[in-house]
Amino acid sequence: MAELALVVLLVGLAAYAVLGGADFGAGFWDLTAGGAERGARVRGMVKHSMGPVWEANHVWLIFVLVVFWTCFPVAFGPVMETLYIPLFLAMIGIVLRGAAFALRGEAATIGEARALGAVFALSSLLTPFFLGATVGAVAAGEVPVGDPGSPIESWTGAVAILAGVTAVATGAFLAAVFMAADSVRANLPDLVAAFRARALGAGTVAGALALGGLVVVSSEAPDLFDGLVEGPGLAAVIASALAGAASLALVATSRFGPARYVASTAVGAILAGLAVAQSPDFLPGELTFAEAAAGDSTLLVALISVAVGLAVIVPSLALLFRLTLGGRLDQDFHPIGSDEGAK
Amino acid sequence: MPDLLLGWLPALVAQAGETVSQPYLLEARQMQALSLGVHIPLVCFGIAFPVMVLFVEGLWLRTGDPTYKALAKRWSKVMLILFAVGVVTGTILSFELGLLWPRFMEEWGEVFGIAFALEGVSFFVEAIFIAIYVYGWDRLSPRAHFLSGLPIAAAGVAGSAFVISVNGWMNNPQGFDLVGGEVTNVRPLEALFNSNVWHELVHMYLAGFLVAGFLVAGVYAVAALRGKRGTYYRAGLVVPLAFVSLAAPAQIVVGDWAAQTVAEEQPTKLAAFEGLDETTEGAGLTVGGVYFDGKVRGGIEIPKLLSVLAFHDPEAEVEGLDAVPEADRPPVAVVRNSFQVMVAIGTFLAALGAWFLWARWRRRALPASRWFLRAVVLAGPLALVALIAGWITTEVGRQPWIVYELMRTEEAVTGAEGIPVGYATLALVYAGLIAVVGVLLRRIARAGPAEELEAGTGDFEAIP
Repeated sequence: MAELALVVLLVGLAAYAVLGGADFGAGFWDLTAGGAERGARVRGMVKHSMGPVWEANHVWLIFVLVVFWTCFPVAFGPVMETLYIPLFLAMIGIVLRGAAFALRGEAATIGEARALGAVFALSSLLTPFFLGATVGAVAAGEVPVGDPGSPIESWTGAVAILAGVTAVATGAFLAAVFMAADSVRANLPDLVAAFRARALGAGTVAGALALGGLVVVSSEAPDLFDGLVEGPGLAAVIASALAGAASLALVATSRFGPARYVASTAVGAILAGLAVAQSPDFLPGELTFAEAAAGDSTLLVALISVAVGLAVIVPSLALLFRLTLGGRLDQDFHPIGSDEGAK
Repeated sequence: MPDLLLGWLPALVAQAGETVSQPYLLEARQMQALSLGVHIPLVCFGIAFPVMVLFVEGLWLRTGDPTYKALAKRWSKVMLILFAVGVVTGTILSFELGLLWPRFMEEWGEVFGIAFALEGVSFFVEAIFIAIYVYGWDRLSPRAHFLSGLPIAAAGVAGSAFVISVNGWMNNPQGFDLVGGEVTNVRPLEALFNSNVWHELVHMYLAGFLVAGFLVAGVYAVAALRGKRGTYYRAGLVVPLAFVSLAAPAQIVVGDWAAQTVAEEQPTKLAAFEGLDETTEGAGLTVGGVYFDGKVRGGIEIPKLLSVLAFHDPEAEVEGLDAVPEADRPPVAVVRNSFQVMVAIGTFLAALGAWFLWARWRRRALPASRWFLRAVVLAGPLALVALIAGWITTEVGRQPWIVYELMRTEEAVTGAEGIPVGYATLALVYAGLIAVVGVLLRRIARAGPAEELEAGTGDFEAIP
């Protein structure tokens, strides 16, 4: 039953990495969109794209946390006690980001919109970095059971930092792909071209980081590396690399709709690969999945709750995405931050 | 035989675990309290606002008057902003449970965790449908739009119910066995539906309406005092008042129910509510007064009333603080004074609700006095104070336990350093957040309905 709970946790993590990651990536493009005039259209598209979905996307993080502490409480405590610095910083980033994004829509002057936009964009960069570093630190075996590990060194190793940077790049890639598709729907060719170029750039960087990351992992976390280059771990890595390459090809040929799904698969596959590679350990070298898991009665009720929950959530989410992707919830497009976009 | 006795003792001590070396326990508690204090008012809006918005939208659907639509649209915009802020402040709470109280989560997470899993589901539903509802104005058919709002209201109630279930469980832990200090034989459903859920839920649900209702009504009471007239402003005042005038008197009955449950299950907490030092038969109740230096000063004592209220028997024995060792008592001054504040404000709100109902019944109109409007303006912030005071009463009243009589707060806290830094950072972030949200809401409140009125008069425009 612990395995099933682990699958649920991974699915949640993958959903958050794809959907939440894309929202963070949108913030990255907001940050790098350039001066107020030049960046206004990109920023407008960020708002247009994220507005209706970001809250639902964010809830996946809550889902992950809740499944984590309910189903694997024994691992949750040590992770929190060792990695409290990146987690705290991610938490602050989430607050600043969500609030600034929601409130920017109500800004009355260009100055206000810019100030809130800056907070939103900067925290969009920092939050995925710290969350990625947390996952990297766990995978690298930096979290001991019992006395907490070093609050600084645990997440500033090469693997953790690399995971953080890869998380940022992956999010940027996903966001560019999604927003290129949204720009096609909104019939804004200049933005389609802009996001296509960004997707190609960010996708290349993310792919290079992931491959280069393997080299770092081989020297810094040899056990994890062994898991990634044999059996199902290797299959997942290959699947992720192929999906990544395929999504780049789809973007290059401007087929953004399919690219959405293929790019998401690449992200899901690498997360599954990480889990397989460190199997059977939850906290490598310290705690197995079975040891970390709650009792069977709790797991059973948790899994039933999740199943009932998914029975409600999946059709609801499908409705939301159908309405969103069908353009039914689209608001009028407004550039942000320039005189053109000011109310 | 002595062996048997001694064998028992360590198990009882061990089940409570060890105290963590954490010089900043108080700051950790304050940090958690600050985060809850910021989040709980938003929960009130999550509970009550969707119902009020849907009510006004229903008025539009029935009458076809576009003014009602404009009001519902305006409110839904505020609802979305408050929900977004609630999303992020709620996320802080999830993180803090782990960051500040890792040993609480590690040891007990499997018992009460299900409630949070279900809360996550509700939260999902709320986030999905609030997006469809708010972005769906003029884009979905009026009927579909109205229907898309119903899950928001349902999820608001369900979500708070599950969180309250955890709180109820912390106050009356059940659904597991302790064998040699180890949690075994976990029965998650028993923990989920613990004996505190129902009264706490109803109490909080009504509180949600009181806080959100009076704060919203206050905005339109200010407008009325400034001479704004017309259906838009009138509906903005009357709709929330109609809800609160029913909720406020009902809250008194529910409060009595809550106090009786506390009397049965947490007598020490009840003693702290009333500042009752010694176990007393036929205990009196002191109304008003302030507790400091170990006793209640001032106030009017009504003989036997506490026994009557707690056990419906004038001669019933009420347990005093002296029933437990000093180390097991909550800080009485904070608890009693908060409790008094909550009761006093609750009484005022009930009186205000009664005034409104009386005027509607006698004259089918709002009370004519400008003092009524002024009282409504004051009632919003007061309801907020009562809400926070109520939570202080129940949460500080639970101390020194995080899991009542099983785990002390000092055993649950993290050993991590830097709590003062985290606390200061978070306080700054909240201060900035509250300031910005406050400015924006004030701006929205001051704007007339022109924008909503022009953006579609109710005709459905199909978008292929």
